[in-house]
Amino acid sequence: MADGAYSFSLTTFSPSGKLVQIEYALNAVAAGSTSLGIRAKNGVVIATEKKAPTILIDETSLQKICMLTSSIGAVYSGMGPDFRVLVAKGRKAAQAYFRIYREEIPALQLVRELAAVMQEFTQSGGVRPFGISLLLAGFDHAGPHLYQVDPSGSFVAWKANAIGKNFVNAKSFLEKRLNDEMELEDAIHTALLTLKEGFDGLVDEHNIEIAVVSDDKRFRILSPAEIKDYLAEVD
Amino acid sequence: MSISQYNGSAMIAMTGKGCVGIAADRRLGIRNMTKACDFKKVFQVNDKILVGFSGLATDLQTLEQRLRMRCNMYKLREEREISIEAFGNLVASMQYEKRFGYYFVEPVIAGLKADNSPYLMSSDIIGAQCFKDDFVVAGDTAETLFGMCESVYRPDLGPEELFEVLSQCLLSGVDRDCLAGWGATVYIMTPEGVRETHLKGRMD
Repeated sequence: MADGAYSFSLTTFSPSGKLVQIEYALNAVAAGSTSLGIRAKNGVVIATEKKAPTILIDETSLQKICMLTSSIGAVYSGMGPDFRVLVAKGRKAAQAYFRIYREEIPALQLVRELAAVMQEFTQSGGVRPFGISLLLAGFDHAGPHLYQVDPSGSFVAWKANAIGKNFVNAKSFLEKRLNDEMELEDAIHTALLTLKEGFDGLVDEHNIEIAVVSDDKRFRILSPAEIKDYLAEVD
Repeated sequence: MSISQYNGSAMIAMTGKGCVGIAADRRLGIRNMTKACDFKKVFQVNDKILVGFSGLATDLQTLEQRLRMRCNMYKLREEREISIEAFGNLVASMQYEKRFGYYFVEPVIAGLKADNSPYLMSSDIIGAQCFKDDFVVAGDTAETLFGMCESVYRPDLGPEELFEVLSQCLLSGVDRDCLAGWGATVYIMTPEGVRETHLKGRMD
């Protein structure tokens, strides 16, 4: 089957030189819920909206931020199931690195591994590109990092960025607020303010998710109780 | 005769105060026949890492080439030098990859960590690591070298003293072994650099 006449990649160049499948994938990202990340002097925060489509869903079972290694975590905008595939591959790549060197994989190396997977899915036969963009937060020997990886497999390091629905407004909000002297606590507040700005309805500790990695090199997803405290601080 | 003794080798690595050293013989033989007295068994990976291999010469060279490739790839990929801790684990994992058809080589690794404190590791033929803070020995003269090191080694030696102790241990050790010796090389590594010294020794 795979070597049949139609086993060539679905991602085929249009006459004008575009790969429309990748542009459609970016549309899937832009339709997804907003996620954002801010790199502070002593850590990184990533946050996302976690809106359940109906109140009937048990929202404690939803998890949008995932830990990849003890010092690296990721959040996404776009299609949830695609994210889990990348999380599984990312965790495996990180452990393979650790098995060889007995040292944790640096954030950039993990980003490269994930970007390579995403690129492969734009050039292989019988597959489609990933319908997600990743925001990856990590702290390693070179300091705090915030990376974005796109469906095309390109990746960029950011001081602060937002993806998904409303990302244009969120980005201009971040541009106004960002400064290089920002500490992690300020970054968490800014992240909350940015999320609140574009949120449809009322933000509470159950419909957003926040994770931080600080200079202790520990990635941690905040509990609803902690989010509640931070929300009280910004109000 | 074991294949590990086919070519003959003797090797010691020692720590000093802010320095480390490896001493190795230079003989390449085929059983009792000596073929060369200038065979290289110790390699410098970067400013902070020395690695020596005792055992079968062909495997020694293959493993060194593969390691050099892996370190070059690491440097290109990560845009930094590999740390000695990571290097020690890389060597051991590359050995264990070949668990059921292994390299007949016992590596000895000496170098300086990021804070310039000494690091010493040896590993057996399939990659079981052994970390020491004084000295490690390898090769078919290991028992005699061990005896020499145990009686002569003192902690916190300076680079000059370390060179003296390494040289005496190796030269005296290989006198009891007809498969090793015939000249020796001593490498002393300090944060300032590596000094390589060739010793004559008994050539019979």
